[in-house]
Amino acid sequence: MYNYKHYCKNLHKYIHIVDVCFFTVSQEQIKNLYQRFQQLSGNHEKISRDDLERIPALNNNPIRKQIITAFFDKRNQHQNDVGSLDEIGFEQFLMVMSHFRPVNSTATEEEKVTVRKQKLRFLFNMHDTDNDGIITLDEYRTVVEELLSQSGAIETEVARSIADAAMLEVASTNVPHMAPDDFYEGITFEHFEQILKGIEMESRMSIRFLDMNTATMRCGKLSS
Amino acid sequence: MLRCGYALFWLLESVLLICVVSSVKGEAVVTREGSNITGIPIISFKWHHVETPYLVAFWVLVSFLGKLVIEANHHVTSVIPESALLICFGFILGGMIWAADKVQTFRLTPTVFFFYLLPQVILDAGYHMPNKLFFTNLGGILVHAVIGTCWNAASLGLSLWGCQMGGAMGDLDIGLLQYLLFGSLMAAVDPVAVIAVFEQVHVNDVLFIMVFGESLLNDGVTVVLFNVFDAFVSLGGPKIDAAEIIKGIVSFFVVAFGGSLVGLVFGLLISLLTRCTKNIQIIEPGFIFVLGYLSYLTAEMLSLSAILSIVFCGMCCQKYINANMDENSVQTVRYAMKAFANGSETIIFVFLGISAIDKVIWVWNTGFILLTLLFVLVYRFIGVFFLTWILNRYRLVPLEFVDQVIMSYGGLRGAVAYGLAVMLDENKIKEKNLMVCTTLIVVYFTVILQGITMKPLVMWLKVKRAAVTEVSLLEKLTNKMFNHTLVAIEDISGQIGHNYMRSKWKYFEENWMSWILMKPSARKKQDQVFDVFHQLNLKDAMEYVTEGERRGSLEFVRNENSIIDFKKKSESESFDINNANMSNDHGAIRDPIPSVSLEMHEQIMKAVREAEAINAHHLLDQHLYKSRKQHRHRFSRSHFDINRDEKEVQEIFQRTMRNRMKSFTSAKMGVKPPKTIVKHTQKEQQQKPMKILSRSFLGSEGDSASGYDQSYMRATYRAGAGIENPAFMPDLDPMDLLQIPPWLGESELDSSMVALSHRAQVDLPRTPSNLRRLAPLRISTRSTASFTLENIPDTQHACVFPQNCN
Repeated sequence: MYNYKHYCKNLHKYIHIVDVCFFTVSQEQIKNLYQRFQQLSGNHEKISRDDLERIPALNNNPIRKQIITAFFDKRNQHQNDVGSLDEIGFEQFLMVMSHFRPVNSTATEEEKVTVRKQKLRFLFNMHDTDNDGIITLDEYRTVVEELLSQSGAIETEVARSIADAAMLEVASTNVPHMAPDDFYEGITFEHFEQILKGIEMESRMSIRFLDMNTATMRCGKLSS
Repeated sequence: MLRCGYALFWLLESVLLICVVSSVKGEAVVTREGSNITGIPIISFKWHHVETPYLVAFWVLVSFLGKLVIEANHHVTSVIPESALLICFGFILGGMIWAADKVQTFRLTPTVFFFYLLPQVILDAGYHMPNKLFFTNLGGILVHAVIGTCWNAASLGLSLWGCQMGGAMGDLDIGLLQYLLFGSLMAAVDPVAVIAVFEQVHVNDVLFIMVFGESLLNDGVTVVLFNVFDAFVSLGGPKIDAAEIIKGIVSFFVVAFGGSLVGLVFGLLISLLTRCTKNIQIIEPGFIFVLGYLSYLTAEMLSLSAILSIVFCGMCCQKYINANMDENSVQTVRYAMKAFANGSETIIFVFLGISAIDKVIWVWNTGFILLTLLFVLVYRFIGVFFLTWILNRYRLVPLEFVDQVIMSYGGLRGAVAYGLAVMLDENKIKEKNLMVCTTLIVVYFTVILQGITMKPLVMWLKVKRAAVTEVSLLEKLTNKMFNHTLVAIEDISGQIGHNYMRSKWKYFEENWMSWILMKPSARKKQDQVFDVFHQLNLKDAMEYVTEGERRGSLEFVRNENSIIDFKKKSESESFDINNANMSNDHGAIRDPIPSVSLEMHEQIMKAVREAEAINAHHLLDQHLYKSRKQHRHRFSRSHFDINRDEKEVQEIFQRTMRNRMKSFTSAKMGVKPPKTIVKHTQKEQQQKPMKILSRSFLGSEGDSASGYDQSYMRATYRAGAGIENPAFMPDLDPMDLLQIPPWLGESELDSSMVALSHRAQVDLPRTPSNLRRLAPLRISTRSTASFTLENIPDTQHACVFPQNCN
């Protein structure tokens, strides 16, 4: 393999990255991901937007754009950096993937909370495109329109008003006694967290990075 | 509506219990009188003529009364589960019969149980199965249901056989095969008692579905296993060779999967049928029951697994039925299903109790009985822990230790085991009575003792509870987004996992299955997000109405004519803007229905005024939207369409809309509009709020949405202007011309007048639900004076209807 040496050389680094963000995976899993990365990038060191957009399976996904953007978003790199990248290397790829790791069953309560926050933050960032810490109505509408664009029954106008209704719901739950001339700027991360507290993010937003054989994708269901 | 469900229920129940009694008492003697009449009797006593159905009905009544008494004592049922109490009730009844007759007259025969009592219980379980949850955990459920059951059967049979060889239970004439047969019938786990407890304490979803799904499939698997072993026993020990054993294993899978397949076929058939039952709405719920039962019988006829068949039939058709059928029919199906299942369950448990009081079956063998009890419990624990241990290695979210304990402890045995035990052939199995007796004891032990201790155990172990959350729109949306994200990540990481499979299935389902099995109109509203949105709108409207009632203001009742415009509008497909204007009066004649209800409202209002409005809220609540239903009877058997819910909802909507618009105009009187919005015409502004609401509302009605005038919608979202909140809409209404007393204008400025910042006007979402907080506020502060002023022009066109003007 073209980059295999490079991979071996950097394995330590990767494992370190992964450890930093509690991404407890085996070398095997990293290797799998690395292979996939190579496949996507066409054996280059970096991956670009076009590479991801070429994945055929993504074509049916209504929020393809948001997902791909999330991969190139610096905020998802755990480095308090803002902006977006043009290309990402394997490290960055791993970082983004690390948001989807399952929580260890032995993890402490504290760790679980951190993980949950991270996951929520990832989702939040997908909404909050201009990075001002607030999902404004316009931002939310864009997402909802995209999201509902595939279900034929709902037109853009309805999607918009659904977004509006959702926004208002958030406003009314979080600011119960809003004076009539108050203005709800948008969903902050705290509100976002508050509203989604019913969803078991930490266990549901996880993917097993196991059994990945990109050359011969096995079509078996994981039993669970 | 539900009456018909109950009637059906009674009919079926009586038919089935006829068989109970007739099998015991022999054919009912139909006496023919008149052979030697000496005179014409005015009345005659013909007990024999009605004996069988009479007894059946009477027994059903008694069981139901028993349940009634039991359920009346909440403090008892909160400690002891209902099923246990019903069994005890059966003991008492059986004792009474015994004391009277000295013979066991009534018992649960396998025919009655498997043909008339069990199907509806299983159908109900399948129909109400949370499909998504079930299929997410399908792997685990299958492993437990298939391997777990086989393990339980084999281990119990072998251990008992071993103990007998060791001489632990004296002299018994039971061979290895017969032990295995016994083991297979004891493997049936009954969900009823566990589920009842689980529902009380709301355990988490995964645990619930594991136990529920397992026990459901496990019933089917047990019956299959039982039949296989039964065949082996009939064949006799010496004739069994490797070929026969392989045949047995093959038949096991063929029977199980064949049964499921039959169920799927019938499920699809029901779905297809309900596409075209629009014209026979009254009997449309009957299809589900009849076809469900037929799927059971068909599978039985083909000697496939009938239980699995009816389970999958129910699971497969639920989605399409709910989408295709009328809302009323869906409700009827749900209620009738519950009534059937619950009724059967009651009867089953009572008869389980009654069966105990029978001298014939009580053959005591301490070793056999105690060892069975012990092994049943122990092997269940071992099986569950071992299988879960394996499963946990592949599960993303492992099942916790506590969950495993509950799963093991939840292995209660029930009526299926008893039914199978009674089915044993006395000629082939000498110790049948001992087996029946042991089965009964195990059933009593598990249902009563484990049932009682289950709840404290769940509490004590602090089993993770299900989070009870009200689904908010944002949550729904985020959930959707979240699922798509997961699929995308799986795609990107090149992995084929759950999410990938699910998304592919969904794609297939949406594009093919729904297209074939669903009505075109139903397809439109299947999106859940849209559902929640619609419900939110509804809730909003209802809240608005109740709010008005609570405040004791009857304004919104008083201007009844509001209905007329709106009614018309929502009915006519192409939404004519001119008609929507509240001051117009043409075209309102087309729909006379509302006027009928207006009359009713009028009467109610009078009553309220007389009663000093203290209980106004109550009265309105009781009568406002039900008047027509209560005062008009229809005797037609095929039409049941008076005042359907939809219409009530429509009314609520229309009233709400009307009043909101009024509130906008009146609240804004005398306020200078901010400049940004001046460019909108007044008419447009009035239209907007209504547009949005009635849009969602029309959309839910299905077809009408298509003919909707969309160009108008677009106009409301003019670029640059952002969105405007209708509640804050500046008013250029002719109302301005009315002379408003300065104090009135002042007070409104103070209390409810809202001056918006520029930004807020641009950004505040303009949706129906934002009126939730704003509109009632306005109503409350508005003086009645301003309201009556408003009403003056409206009363004129109300006279289009003669009813109103009288």
